[in-house]
Amino acid sequence: MDIEIENLSKRYGTQKAVDNISFKVRTGEILGFLGPNGAGKSTTMKMITGYLAIGDGNIKIGGDAVSDAGDGIRRHIGYLPENNPLYLDMPVMDYLAFCAALQGVADDKIPVRVREMIRVTGLNKEKHKKIGELSKGYRQRVGLAQAMIHDPEILILDEPTTGLDPNQIVEIRKLIREIGKEKTVILSTHILPEVEATCDRILIINKGKIVADGTSETLRKQASGSEIIKVRIEDGSHGDIQFALRQLAGASQVDLLDAAMNRFEVQSQPGASLRRDIFKMCTEKGWVLTEMTALETRLEDIFRNLTMN
Amino acid sequence: MREVLIICRKELRSFFDSLIAYILLVLFLGFSGFFTWMYGSDIFLVGQTTLRGFFSVAYWSLFFFIPALTMRLLAEEKKTGTIELLLTKAVSDRQVVLGKFLGTLALVSIALLFTAPYVITLANIGNLDQGEILCGYFALLLMSGAYTSIGLFTSSITNNQIVAFLTAIFIGLFFHLIFEVLASNFSGWLGALFSMLSLSSHYDSISRGVLDSRDLIYFASIMIVGLLLAELSLTKRNVA
Repeated sequence: MDIEIENLSKRYGTQKAVDNISFKVRTGEILGFLGPNGAGKSTTMKMITGYLAIGDGNIKIGGDAVSDAGDGIRRHIGYLPENNPLYLDMPVMDYLAFCAALQGVADDKIPVRVREMIRVTGLNKEKHKKIGELSKGYRQRVGLAQAMIHDPEILILDEPTTGLDPNQIVEIRKLIREIGKEKTVILSTHILPEVEATCDRILIINKGKIVADGTSETLRKQASGSEIIKVRIEDGSHGDIQFALRQLAGASQVDLLDAAMNRFEVQSQPGASLRRDIFKMCTEKGWVLTEMTALETRLEDIFRNLTMN
Repeated sequence: MREVLIICRKELRSFFDSLIAYILLVLFLGFSGFFTWMYGSDIFLVGQTTLRGFFSVAYWSLFFFIPALTMRLLAEEKKTGTIELLLTKAVSDRQVVLGKFLGTLALVSIALLFTAPYVITLANIGNLDQGEILCGYFALLLMSGAYTSIGLFTSSITNNQIVAFLTAIFIGLFFHLIFEVLASNFSGWLGALFSMLSLSSHYDSISRGVLDSRDLIYFASIMIVGLLLAELSLTKRNVA
């Protein structure tokens, strides 16, 4: 099921939480929703899940407008809210069965689904405990299990990996990737490597507006046309080498990182690539190139550039 | 309807899971049993095979117990955020409110059911007016429904359980006592209005065995208004 968002806005009093955003998520796509605190991520997600009414604009799920469709449309959505609220005095299995029943799973299928989700999220040892007795990571798994219990076609996860240990994070990411192959997934997070590891597409919003939309590669290209290379060149004095590097046509900036090791950081002009030129220069001068690493623009930098102003 | 029943069952279970149900049952049965059989104007003192003593104790004890049951229903969910979880499932706000209402009423009914031995004992002592007993229980249930819906409403307007409890008692007190007092102090249309609003007069007439449609409409309207207001204030999350 596709999600289509058209000119969506929402205001709290005079403050615009979401300001005229439009995007589309297709089946089989995992969309990473990024943005600083208070950017409007959660508000958008709450509107998609029908918890908050739509301010202005339109949300279509599978072609039907959410505002016209009844409560039944939420059967297609699995939602893990921010901070993962749970009924702490309910046992895990009862809670999952309750969620399954509310989402319209047939009575005879409920035990099967509950067992399946307990297996998938690795809750087997904890299944008879009350949710309040579980550690944060296990509670997060319960939250994920209830979101997926009815095998929804759309999964909306608000910060799904908070509180998990690194092993669990890897597992959950793998799980999300797996689910994302056939379903539509929107997940929000503050952890930027997570977006790169799990999402097909990234959407960055700031102050209620979309500031970037694309894969991590396209975002990188947009953010900086220039290339940054770390090189180590031996058999020459660092002064000569630095001078020669500055003479290269495409170089915009050359920094000496480490004089003893002859290490430099070279930044190219936008659009230019220096790797071949540096190699040729070394062969001409008889220097030995022992190290060359292209530094990618980190997603963190892109994020900072787009959201700090 | 299925959703309402699922929520109702869950609420009833969580009353028992959190021990609230047991505390209520012990307190309610202890109170009513003590005053019905052992102390004050109990059955042996009155010397009549009637449960009037029990009904008047229950009239007051339920008045206090029901807000204690309803105070957490929505306030707690709003405080912990689970309301978001619940309302993003395939249920409407109305189904949530109705489910919680029925769940509470079910617990009250269980409490009343446990007083069945009183009836059985009395029936063995002497001649029992079955109609009066049935009407007495029916009136208690109607009153419980009215206070449950008021409690559900006060629980929906706050996320503090104590505030919900006290507000429910405050609103309830008008119906329970204050309107009646006012009715006796005013004459003319104002007095008639207050006596119409007073819960106790409607309660008395049903528990005396008179099933009048006006009394039924009175209780039904309190319940409907309370539940609608509760639903309204749940829906109000959208108007920030």
